[in-house]
This record gives sequence, structure tokens and C-alpha cells, in this order.
Amino acid sequence: MSNLVKPGVTIKGTKEGLLFLLDETRPFSALLEEIRHKLEHVSSQIWDGPDTPVMIKLGRRQITRDEEKELRQVFSIRKNLIVRSIEAEGMPYLADSSSGIKLLCGTIRSGQVLEHRGDLLFLGDVNPGGCIRSTGSIYVLGALRGLAHAGSEGDESVIIAASVFRPTQLRIAEVISRPPDEWDESEVGMRFAYLLDSQIAVDSVHDLGQLRPELEWREKRFKSL
Amino acid sequence: MGESIVVTSGKGGVGKTTTSANIGTALALEGRKVCLVDTDIGLRNLDVLLGLENRIVYDLVDVIEGNCTHQQALIKDKRCDTLFLIPAAQSKDKSAVSSQQLRDLIAELKEEFDYVIIDCPAGIELGFKNAVVGADQAIVVTTPENTAVRDADRVIGLLEKEDVGKPKLIVNRYRPQLVKDGGMMKVDDVVNILAIDLLGVVPDDESIIRAGSQGEPAVFEAKCPAGRAYRNVARRIQGEVVPLLPLEKRGGFFFKLKSWLGIR
Ligand SMILES: Nc1ncnc2c1ncn2[C@@H]1O[C@H](COP(=O)(O)OP(=O)(O)OP(=O)(O)O)[C@@H](O)[C@H]1O
Ligand SMILES: [Mg+2]
Repeated sequence: MSNLVKPGVTIKGTKEGLLFLLDETRPFSALLEEIRHKLEHVSSQIWDGPDTPVMIKLGRRQITRDEEKELRQVFSIRKNLIVRSIEAEGMPYLADSSSGIKLLCGTIRSGQVLEHRGDLLFLGDVNPGGCIRSTGSIYVLGALRGLAHAGSEGDESVIIAASVFRPTQLRIAEVISRPPDEWDESEVGMRFAYLLDSQIAVDSVHDLGQLRPELEWREKRFKSL
Repeated sequence: MGESIVVTSGKGGVGKTTTSANIGTALALEGRKVCLVDTDIGLRNLDVLLGLENRIVYDLVDVIEGNCTHQQALIKDKRCDTLFLIPAAQSKDKSAVSSQQLRDLIAELKEEFDYVIIDCPAGIELGFKNAVVGADQAIVVTTPENTAVRDADRVIGLLEKEDVGKPKLIVNRYRPQLVKDGGMMKVDDVVNILAIDLLGVVPDDESIIRAGSQGEPAVFEAKCPAGRAYRNVARRIQGEVVPLLPLEKRGGFFFKLKSWLGIR
């Protein structure tokens, strides 16, 4: 590594231990290499001293569980270095590895608003007077009795689904609709709302596959020839 | 040290004051030292329900403004030696007390009493905020009606932001007959929506109205169904597991009653 390049890893000694500042603009693998190089080759008294806590700051970067494992492995080269904390700036250091659906639970009560960016899976009830709003789709495992607004920044491809579907009002993108005054009590089971010709339509989830074939799962029992 | 419990509802007229008077009396009848604090400044009622109106010399605002000590303002109940009341002021308005002052007063009272029961005014404004601030626990009273449940839900949401334990629910003025023909919400529907533990169901009972005009809480009457319901609530507050009255069960509902947790 050329000496002219600014290091991606800066080490600072503090009262609490060693602070490793990782440059968020460098590829993570390069940073790991740099740390490994420093720990293995640079002979220094710190590496061999008594047990020293290590705090790692990732800057504005999140890492996966696998990356965290690698990072901790690199530090295990020096037995006296104990990784005490890993932090990212202003966010959790672990990137959510799930498909981008956020899972939240609770009860959204009258007067309360839950706002979210992206697809949202909510376990619990949205009560009358409560509001759940997201830029993506909204799935409620519970009773939707309040207001739901999906695609709040204009996405018209989103859906709103709920196990108990009794909203006071629905909004998808810019379209607002309220349910019929009398619910058809015979319609049981999970239902969902979507946009059809700039109007909100509500159907049983069984029909979702027809409307969004790309989402449909089918067991591929017979391989096509 | 005792425990402070605020009785609140959001909607007016659903039975906060009735509940405060009856629970307070029932706890005192079981030998607990109880202080009732009426924070409904300008609309005081609690003293009337207890028949203590003519004994008021000092009130809550006097205590807070330092015109008297809280000992001087405490009115001892006619019937129970361990029940006391600090009445609300009638001629002031709600801005006469601040939440910090009330918090301090409640903390002092908790040193002396097993239970400090705070009767909260209707609404979600200043009066509500003041009443809630010194409370360790909250009881939300609702009737089985849409509007009352809606307001109770709002209040539960606001209580979540305060430093009180998870509120417990009392469904008041329940009418099994009306529920049966679909004219009133079932208790388990109310519990389902509000998603908090049920502390008791109090039937709609004319002896409550009679008791109000006589200034003697219904818990004194052995046979009165509402009085029995309140006595059971008081036992549940003390941590006993008491099954619902058969009368309460007649509506055909079923749910768990968790015991009141005294510690947070
Ligand atoms: N279980 C009951 N059965 C019959 N009447 C009842 C019952 N509970 C309350 N009431 C009546 O309802 C009225 C209102 O009760 P109360 O004053 O306790 O309500 P509140 O919630 O304190 O009202 P506010 O919001 O004005 O303070 C009273 O006239 C009372 O007698
Ligand atoms: Mg009242």
C-alpha cells in the first residue's frame, strides 16, 4: 500500500481503549485488509500489551452479520484486543438483511400516526381514529379499523392488506376512498386494496395472484417440457 | 409507600367520579388508608357523592397555593375512618395548579396513604395532564358505546407517553339485555379494541343514581350489583384474582383478568 494514500483506518487511543475509525467511502473488504495488515505486520507495543477494549466506528455505513463476523475475526489475531462496540453514525450498525419489509407491532390508537418508508408489516390493530401511512405497501396482521395510506409519495403499485379489513378510510397514492356504509358481513378472510383505473378496489387475497402474477407463488410440481 | 391511581376516561359523564368514590370507599372498607383527590377544578363532584360537601373548609388550590397544609385540607369520611378527601376548588379554574405542584402533593400523600386515588376531569387538556402526572397507575373508565370507547382509546394512547403503568379498563353502565339484542357493544369487543387488561365490569344500576343523591357510595349496599362490582374491583386492585360476577358474565363473554401489578 502506498504511503501517499490516506489510510482508510484511523486508530486513536482514548481513555476507554482504542478507537478504530473506518472510512465509509472505502470498500469494506479493503478496510478489513488494512486492519489485518496493521495488526499482523506493524509491530507495536499496543498490540502486545494488557487487554485493551476496542471501539469500532463505521461512519455512515451499515454492515451485514457476515461482515461483522469477518471484522471480529480479524481482531482475534491479537488476543489482547477485545471488540467492545461497533457503531454506525445515526443508525443501527447492522443492515437489515430481510427483503426490505419492516416489521413493527403494537396498537395504533385514536390520534396516533405511524409513518414509515417502504413496505410495512404491522402486527396489531389500527383503531378508529388511528392512522398508518407508508410510502410502500401496508400489511396488517390484525384489525385495520382506522385510516391506512399506502404509496404516500405517489407509488400506485402498492397494496393495503389486513386480516380484519374494516378501515374507516383508505388512501393509495393520491386516491381516497371510504368503504361502503354497510359492510358485507359474509366477506370473511383476509382482503386487500389496490388501485384499478385510478380507483381503489378491494378483493379477497385469493385474487391477488391474478392481479399481480409476478408475486404469485406456485408449486412447480410438473416441470414444463 | 403507597400507590397513586388516576381514574380517567376522555369522554365526560361515563363514571369517573362514581368509580373513584366507590373504589376508594371499598378499599377503605378493607382497612386500607385511602386519600381521594378531586382534580376536577371548577366542577367538583366527589365531595357530593361522598356526602361531605358541607365539611369543606380548604380545597386543593388552597393546599397548592400554600394557604393551608394538606393535613388541614384532608376531610375525613363520615363512615370510614381510613378514607379521606381533598376536594377540588369550585371557584377557580384548571390553570390554578401546575403539574409539578400536583406531582409534589401526590408524592407527599403517598407517604401517608396506601392508595391515593385521583379523580380526573374529562377531556385531554391541561386538567387531564395535571391529574395524570403524579400517578403510578391509571384506570380508564368507558361505557360500552362507540364514542366513549373512541375517547378511551385516545386517552390510552396519551397515557402511553406518560410515566404511568399500562392502564386497566373498567367498563361501566353495562346492560346485558341491551347487549343481547345488539343495541350495545359486548365487553369483549370493547376489550379487543382497547387492548388493555380488564379490571371490572360495572352494570348500569339505578342504585348508583340513588346513592349519588344520598351521598353514600353504592359499595355500602350489600345487595347492589354495581356496589358488588366495585368491591371486586377493589380486591383486584389489591392483587387478588376475583372472577367476574355471574351477572357480568351473562352477556356470554370470556376473558382473562390479570391481577393488578403494584410494582412497576
Ligand atoms: N353504573 C352506573 N349505573 C347508573 N348510573 C351511573 C353509573 N355510573 C355512573 N352513573 C351516572 O352517570 C352520571 C355521570 O357519572 P360521573 O359523575 O361519575 O361521571 P364522570 O365521568 O365523573 O363525569 P365528568 O366527566 O363530568 O366528571 C351520574 O349521574 C351517575 O349517577
Ligand atoms: Mg367527574
